[in-house]
Amino acid sequence: MLKLDVPEFCLAQEYRIAMPAMLHIRLTRRASFVRGCARAMALLFGVAAWAMVRAAPTEVSIACRCVEGGVNGSEARWLKQVVIPGYVAVAKAQGRDVAVKLREFAGSAEQMSQQLALDFATGQGADLAEFDGFQIPGFVDAGLLKPLDEVAGPEADAWDGWTHIPDSAQALVRFRDKRYGVPEQTDVRMIFYRRDLFRAAGLDADQWRPRSWNDILEAARKLKQKEPASFPLQINAGVAMGEATTMQGWLMLLAGTGEELRDAQGRWIVQSPGMLAALDFYKVVYIGEKLGEARTQRLVSGRNRSFTDFQHGKSAILVESNWFYYAAIDPQGDFPIADRDALVGWTKMPARTPGSAVRGQDFVSVSGGNSFVLNPHSRQPREAWSLLAFMNSAPTLRRYQEFNEHLCVRDDVLPPHSQFLRESGRELLPLTTIRPIDADYEKVSAEIQRMTESVIAGKLSPRAAMAEYAAAMKQIVGADRVVALDLPQGSGS
Amino acid sequence: MSSRGAKVSSRTGVAFMTPAALLIGLFVVFPFFWIIAVSFSNRSLLGANALHPQFVGLKNYLDLFDPATFWGQGGFGPSLWLTIQFVVFSALCGQVLLGLVLAWISRELSPRAKSLLHGIVMLAWILPDVVVGFAWFAYLDRDAGTLNQLLRGLNFPAADFLIEHPFLTICMFNAWRGAAFSMMLFDAALQSIPPSYLETADVVGASSWQKLRDIVLPLIRGHIVTDLILITMWTFNVFTPFLLTAGGPSFESDILPIYTYRIAFKSFEFGKGAAIGVIVMLINLAFSLAYLRLAQRGLRKKGKAA
Repeated sequence: MLKLDVPEFCLAQEYRIAMPAMLHIRLTRRASFVRGCARAMALLFGVAAWAMVRAAPTEVSIACRCVEGGVNGSEARWLKQVVIPGYVAVAKAQGRDVAVKLREFAGSAEQMSQQLALDFATGQGADLAEFDGFQIPGFVDAGLLKPLDEVAGPEADAWDGWTHIPDSAQALVRFRDKRYGVPEQTDVRMIFYRRDLFRAAGLDADQWRPRSWNDILEAARKLKQKEPASFPLQINAGVAMGEATTMQGWLMLLAGTGEELRDAQGRWIVQSPGMLAALDFYKVVYIGEKLGEARTQRLVSGRNRSFTDFQHGKSAILVESNWFYYAAIDPQGDFPIADRDALVGWTKMPARTPGSAVRGQDFVSVSGGNSFVLNPHSRQPREAWSLLAFMNSAPTLRRYQEFNEHLCVRDDVLPPHSQFLRESGRELLPLTTIRPIDADYEKVSAEIQRMTESVIAGKLSPRAAMAEYAAAMKQIVGADRVVALDLPQGSGS
Repeated sequence: MSSRGAKVSSRTGVAFMTPAALLIGLFVVFPFFWIIAVSFSNRSLLGANALHPQFVGLKNYLDLFDPATFWGQGGFGPSLWLTIQFVVFSALCGQVLLGLVLAWISRELSPRAKSLLHGIVMLAWILPDVVVGFAWFAYLDRDAGTLNQLLRGLNFPAADFLIEHPFLTICMFNAWRGAAFSMMLFDAALQSIPPSYLETADVVGASSWQKLRDIVLPLIRGHIVTDLILITMWTFNVFTPFLLTAGGPSFESDILPIYTYRIAFKSFEFGKGAAIGVIVMLINLAFSLAYLRLAQRGLRKKGKAA
């Protein structure tokens, strides 16, 4: 029937002319034509589906906050040029036909985690996703992430790579004694300064080594004296900067006072002398002496503005992550400084006064880290794990260093050339602190940003801002999980 | 019509309406009650409450109105107060009044000038949000903005509109953006007034203001109430100012839609976000009732006078 009807109907130009007489025949023919078509379609779909199942390679996808030619461009190039073709070849050699797809995400880190939360909650998303470790507890408690060995099976625990990743780095992806991802790189935070502006202001341009907060303020004052209209010092604060406020600003200052966000019993500290000192420091910098530009901190695109200000010599001292040096102001980066190595110096962030920092240290740093997690809804979890393990093997990561040198957490993958990375890693990793691994951390961090915003905007005094923080924290974590320490009499403002 | 015919047609009518009713039920009625239900729970996307949301009674509402945090920086109180000001200035004084004035002026213009005016005003209304947001941002920026380049060209000091006057900026923006709707509505309303009324007034020498007050406003009262209800609701729910200021700096343009976005989609606290949604709905209901009552009282007064 199929063979007869279709060509007849299609070709029979003349039978349309003979309409009235042919009406009845036409209708029955149309019906059989429709039936014929339906059968042909069904057959076609069947064949196509069968062919696809047979021929289609297993598809695995990777989501990264990286875009070729944009943010973290070198990571995108490494994934596309090394990881994907390398893995496809390895799988082929083992007799598996695999296709790897890269989903590049161009937004901010906050937007990426919003996207992942929504993806994982609805059973969507890539099989592997780049992830900032501090969000693991919140995702785990919500059932959005599962332990590696639960998703990928026991081979995830038996992976030989774990022996090359120190415990301090594994802590970034560990929650309640389970691993949730593979950490790739870590970072450290420090002070960057511009040697040209330091020299012009008569400061030590080659070996500036501040020993206290006061030394930083003194240097900034001299720079401001030399250039009264300038804002030499930027240390992040406020809501627009997001997590950069908490890590590059607040935690760096707080660690310098010897305090942490929680006390030894795990209660959140909502009032303390250290917090007051840190808020007073902000007030001096942004309100009292206008050593830093509060406007930059409050702008929607403030972080990029703080980079361009430093790039163009409008600010001279910036507290940032080492990422700023090797990616942002890299001569090939988004905010290039051509003679970066000669022009930009770095130094350790000092304690408030020598020895006053956590563990009695003179200097502090804060570390976070990037890792990749497995989507618990992955349809080919074993293939995804196998790709993740390949990606984090020493040979593949050594190739990454060729695209962009960074602090890899593996002890057998060192930055091959960069003096800066080797030195800063060696000096700061032993001193560093990490954020609390706690499901409430993200909300606490948002409250910290709100508290610092009130101070640098001149809306509240440090004491009043801290009181608002305490009230909000009681609502968030509960009144029984906060603690207020005694404040020194009459100090602060 | 025979009873049989009526029956068939009503059954057909039901059949025709079913798909639409299902869609409306699924996407409008169900979410409406769902939001109210969620507002009494601690449902969230992240953290333990995501897996096991619990009924928490009025906790979300009590937390919002907790005196310890209500007036805090970025709290619910300032945002609510800011939104009320935003509605009064940008919607009532801005859009409604501006729309009425534009419609009244354009009545006396030549047809060509009138269509030009309407075209320009409509343009502000029909452009997509993102385009408009970007255009205003580019226009007002301190360092590279068009307006500041014009000001500098005329030897005026540059102004930092988005950082120093964020609330004023979003008010101006919203008035500019939405005046077209009121203008169109009032224009149609004015055309429904018999010209003889106004001509008679002209004969006895009434001024433009007298004609507006004593003839036009009483006759278009119904249109005004409709306009007020719609504009108030839209302004209470408008999110576009986020494209200009993101609610900042320091929460100075943190109107309720932006506040709700922060709670519901940045902290992923769906329970609390839903509670704010319910409160906003109640406020809108109160406004609408007040407008309707006002209109009715006006009508009764007119009835007594006559």
